Amino acid sequence: MGKVLGFLTRTRGRGGRLHWTDWASYAYLGLGVALMFGPVVWLLLSSFKTEAELARFPPRLLPHAQEMMTLPGHDDPLPMFVVTDGPLAGEQVAQVRRIGLASQVVRPEAPDEIIKIDISQREPVEEIRFAWENYTGLFGEFDFMRYLWNSTFITLTATAIMLLVNAMAAFALSKYRFRGRGVVLALVIGVLMIPQTVVLVPLFLIVSKLGMYNSLWGVIIPGAATPTGVFLLRQYMLTIPDEILDAARMDKASEWKIFWRIVLPLSAPALAVLAILAIMWRWNDFLWPLIVLSENRNFTLQLALNTFQGQLSTDWSSLLAMTVVTLLPIACVFMFLQKYIATGIASTGGK
Amino acid sequence: MLTVLISRPLRLIDWPLSALQRRLGTTGVAWAFLLPNLVLFGLFAFLPLILNVVYALTGGDQIMLEDRRFVGADNFARLSSCENYLDPNSCEKDLFWRAVHNTLIFVTLQVGLMVGFSLLTAIILNRDIRARGFFRSVFFFPVLLSPVVVALVWKWILQRDGVLNAGLDALGFETFNWLLHANWAFGWSIFLSVWAHMGFYTLILLAGLQAIPQDVYEAARMDAASPWRMFRRITLPLLMPTMLVVLVLALIKGVQTFDEVYAFTGGGPGSATTLMIQYIYETGFGGMPRLFGLASAASILVAVVLVALTALQLWANRRNVNG
Repeated sequence: MGKVLGFLTRTRGRGGRLHWTDWASYAYLGLGVALMFGPVVWLLLSSFKTEAELARFPPRLLPHAQEMMTLPGHDDPLPMFVVTDGPLAGEQVAQVRRIGLASQVVRPEAPDEIIKIDISQREPVEEIRFAWENYTGLFGEFDFMRYLWNSTFITLTATAIMLLVNAMAAFALSKYRFRGRGVVLALVIGVLMIPQTVVLVPLFLIVSKLGMYNSLWGVIIPGAATPTGVFLLRQYMLTIPDEILDAARMDKASEWKIFWRIVLPLSAPALAVLAILAIMWRWNDFLWPLIVLSENRNFTLQLALNTFQGQLSTDWSSLLAMTVVTLLPIACVFMFLQKYIATGIASTGGK
Repeated sequence: MLTVLISRPLRLIDWPLSALQRRLGTTGVAWAFLLPNLVLFGLFAFLPLILNVVYALTGGDQIMLEDRRFVGADNFARLSSCENYLDPNSCEKDLFWRAVHNTLIFVTLQVGLMVGFSLLTAIILNRDIRARGFFRSVFFFPVLLSPVVVALVWKWILQRDGVLNAGLDALGFETFNWLLHANWAFGWSIFLSVWAHMGFYTLILLAGLQAIPQDVYEAARMDAASPWRMFRRITLPLLMPTMLVVLVLALIKGVQTFDEVYAFTGGGPGSATTLMIQYIYETGFGGMPRLFGLASAASILVAVVLVALTALQLWANRRNVNG
């Protein structure tokens, strides 16, 4: 034990024991883990609770549910109770029905023999059980599948279009010298300064005029050309040596062929980073879809979540499950591609 | 995989494009590659910028430009008509000024706290600690969550029968309906947005810290400088350029805060947490009548602030590169 502690408290560099500042650092980081992960873990655990368990105050950490038992002579599974008082005290019984303050119960050994006890004499037998029905119910629901599809469709289509359009522009801006290149680059920087949030009204007009109001395309198309994407890809394509392109030109390859056979494959790492960022942005997008998509059937998951949580009587059990489904793809991306995201975000400065 | 997926269908359109190339010449091809991007930028970035001014100078609740009448600077005059700028209730558009006040306070506190905590976290992560990669990603994790999910996660904790109230109850305190009190709702909104975004700035600051050459510290250690003195005299000055970038970035994003606070409080209670972008959204799209002119005028004011901040950012970036 002492050895373990000694190993754990040995610092890497100086070989000495942990200084008090090291303890403070680890305490801070531990607190950080609790504060950053805790709320999401709590949401995850809560999403597996039944509606009755969710209404319970104070809440319990793990999802509990009353134990049910199927007994011969009874069609439905019966809820189990433990008797606290009277001649049956300490025994487990199954409740057949409840009439006012009285409860008709049977013992599992003798399922036909009905005994009446007072409801104050029994307590429910509970076990830790994950209410998967919150999720299965969700996936059986037509509306939810629709939101899931809308979100997925928008994310994938918008990412594909964005990669292609931005890669083409980046190719032109990095591999050709032509009049007006400086102007175009300056314009791209100019676009960086104008976020969507400050041109909502005219953007709305243009999208309506193009017949894309209340259509998924109205969400996909306006954000397809991002200055961030052009920049990221251009920076990367600048590192591809021009000699390769010239060699291909000698072999009579068309410029388009050079683009998709040489430059695109060589830019794969940058494309991957941009793809991850684009998927994240589109999946999490909120304000613009909120304006463009007015009909319930066109909602994305984010919009649906926001609408349901605003309703007067919130159905938390399905809302929590839906929240988990919404954050799941992002959490997976985080776990497997964390390194790329970090470098991608650090090199683009967010959005 | 990715490139195969992209390149297969593209092969089909190679032939017509080769023919096009023969007609255009190389410069023409460059413009052809740029075309889709330029069309999208033009339609959805530059055109809106000009039309925004048109909307701001016209009145009425019609979206089609031909139905709108010219009112000059009337929208701006209405937004700025105020007896006392410190008291939103004395203004004609009191909600606008409420939003301005809220945004100013929100951005000040949020950016201050965020930069402070990011710096602290980055400095701790830069120490000689075990599992640095793990801790770094822990702080980064909320950055990826969608604003609506962030809002719901905290709403679930803060709700009346939520886990925070359960904790207070267990400790013998009275439970509290957090989001129904103006100041608490505002405070929690700031907390939530710091929680959601600080990992991003931590990452940038950590990169800045790691770029400081180690020999400077070694020289200071030779001279028996105290850790505090090394922090004041080496770390802080050398980190300043990065700090500036982080500060300006945080300001730019802070001014545009909408999603998470809107999903969290809906701007309430009352208008206690209504921020600028929410005002624009609600004026233009939230309810009837849709006052597009007013919304555009307000968004031009926000745009001016953002352009100034972005210019500052470009300047800071240049200094960072040269410095």
